[in-house]
Amino acid sequence: MVNRLSVVDVNLCVGCQCCMMACNRRFGEGGTAKSAINIKSIGGVERGFIVIVCRACKDPPCMKVCPTNALTKRPGGGVILNQSKCIGCKRCVETCTLDAIQWDDSTEKPVICVHCGYCTNYCQYDVIKMEETNQ
Amino acid sequence: MNDPLSNVLHIDLSRKRFWTENRNELFNEMIGGSGVAIKLLAEECPKGTDPLAPENPIIFAVGPLTGLYPIASKTVAMFKSPLTGNLGESHCGGRSAVAIRFAGYGAIIIKGFSETPVYLAIHGDKIRFRDASVIWNMANSTTVGRILREKESGSGIRSIMRIGRAGEKKVSYASVVTETYRHFGRLGLGAVFGSKQLKAIVISGKKNIPVSDMKSYREIYQETFRLLSSAEMRKYHELGTSMNVMPLNELGALPTKNLQESKFENAEAISGETFEKNFLGRRVACAHCPVACIHLAALREVYEKEPYFYKTEMISYDYELIFALGSMLGISSPQALLKLMDEVEILGLDAMSTGVALAWATEAQQKGIITTKETNGLKLNWNDEESYSKAVNYIAAQVNEFYETLGKGVTYTSSKYGGKEFALAFGGNEMPGYHTGPATHLGFLIGSRHSHLDNAGYNIDQKALAKISKLTPEEMIDKLIEEEAWRQILSSLVICFFARGIYKSELISKAFKTIGKEFNEKKLKKIGLKILKEKYRFKKREGFIIKNLEIPERIFQTETPSGKLSKEIFNEGLKIAEMKLTSI
Repeated sequence: MVNRLSVVDVNLCVGCQCCMMACNRRFGEGGTAKSAINIKSIGGVERGFIVIVCRACKDPPCMKVCPTNALTKRPGGGVILNQSKCIGCKRCVETCTLDAIQWDDSTEKPVICVHCGYCTNYCQYDVIKMEETNQ
Repeated sequence: MNDPLSNVLHIDLSRKRFWTENRNELFNEMIGGSGVAIKLLAEECPKGTDPLAPENPIIFAVGPLTGLYPIASKTVAMFKSPLTGNLGESHCGGRSAVAIRFAGYGAIIIKGFSETPVYLAIHGDKIRFRDASVIWNMANSTTVGRILREKESGSGIRSIMRIGRAGEKKVSYASVVTETYRHFGRLGLGAVFGSKQLKAIVISGKKNIPVSDMKSYREIYQETFRLLSSAEMRKYHELGTSMNVMPLNELGALPTKNLQESKFENAEAISGETFEKNFLGRRVACAHCPVACIHLAALREVYEKEPYFYKTEMISYDYELIFALGSMLGISSPQALLKLMDEVEILGLDAMSTGVALAWATEAQQKGIITTKETNGLKLNWNDEESYSKAVNYIAAQVNEFYETLGKGVTYTSSKYGGKEFALAFGGNEMPGYHTGPATHLGFLIGSRHSHLDNAGYNIDQKALAKISKLTPEEMIDKLIEEEAWRQILSSLVICFFARGIYKSELISKAFKTIGKEFNEKKLKKIGLKILKEKYRFKKREGFIIKNLEIPERIFQTETPSGKLSKEIFNEGLKIAEMKLTSI
């Protein structure tokens, strides 16, 4: 059994972005520049928010378009990035239907969710959780 | 460590120039937020400056913990206030502080005047002066937000500050609206924007903030986050600040109908409980704050001339708005109150000053001091939402001499028309919603921004009522000054005051350590006093004298929970305050 991050109920999201800050903290810095999860409003906070995060595709399009095979299948869905093979062409970013691959301007490499679940510890409202997948 | 906090961005609207300056020593000395802003204000604002002149600077400042730790997400704005003619300070949440921090700045200074309307787009290092002539004259601040949302980048990580009609017309208590529901509300920053022909600022950035000890950073973060989940904080998420309506009313401390009364017979209809049950549609948070205290009511309205057509407006409510636009005006319908709040939001006015101004005007008209000639035909009566809604628009549009005057606040208006005894302002700033006893009013008088948030005098009154402690005037003044001095530390770290019970000196010291800085309790307290002293130095420089403070007679006429207030306490208290504030 492996885990993947899933969005339980987007209506519960208050837009605090603590999940984004948490993801970024994995790199020991404050900010959102290296966050793999992205929260934004649906055109004004009064309408609520969207939670943009990798949904751990079983047959990931991002992997298929990578010209250098820097992306390989992750057990449980999604992909693993090999930084040294990545040439920063952004094709994975453009291909993802969900826009769930973020971009790190400082390294010019994609930021891809590793489904570690660290962010879920900082969601007060149970918007996101880890769930088991069979693969 | 390369923390961009010490970068100060200067913007000159007259010459359309910008530059950055490193002020590392200033941030080390004064922390950030209020501490840094008061120093920058004293440097940048020449003595005697007209608040609406190009020389009046707009200073924004954030703090070292912003973006690193939760709830340190307020932006402090400082400027010379067009309302009081003295120190202007206003705090705003939303995404503003985090956006400024991640754009790579600790403070921003805006000076000058643009010949044509302008808006600023600050995306990290890229600063653009953009033409705003198309969105100038746009009365509705929400529409301005919608337009800029489409036009500018940075979705999800940006702040959009803008003014409505009131700011353009330089109403002395015009606000700046951010993210639709948060504001630099008090003391007229919107008018200063308007005077510079600055319609809006969009700001975003993606800079990360380094720490010096990653492991302890994650640990202290975890500890802070856990504390913020406590019951003490949950109340702000549950009913929110509007939970105060019923208890304050029961106490007899809820200013009603221009403080002719301190109990409102229809308080329940406009209470937090009523709003929660019938209107609460969504709760949202400021960036990097798990508390989510922003309460939005869903108001469904039918179009009168279009059957089957409805609109649902989302309107933000809080205790102070319920007091100022509700009980103070005798409004007993929650729908009517929400519509009035919406009007004030759209036009970009400070809800508190607006409500108190309308309450003064109502009583003045009832007493025959002003007539329909002044009010542009309106007969202002308690609970008459329709007239109030029109009056709010007349203030924002400055339709005649009377509304131009009323747009300068009740102190100024009553000096012209009379009715000083019921003009409820302290130090020129309209009163907040607490008639709890002597300490709250002494607090408004001596607080550096004449706000309940300066020193929480109501807290001292409530403790006295609960017989926990009854203080002499001297003890009261000491407590007020001590509280205000400590709050300078919170507002220099730009920590939301709701979390004052969480961010105690020990936690603050630990958080500082993770970014390589040493601040123990003693040092923090010393800096707090120093910042307060700097504020008073500025106030004195601009002509503030405690002796000259006027106290509206009304506060002595209307019962507080501990009975009628005694003038002796005020005379003695102010004398002591003058002495102490000179010597701090």
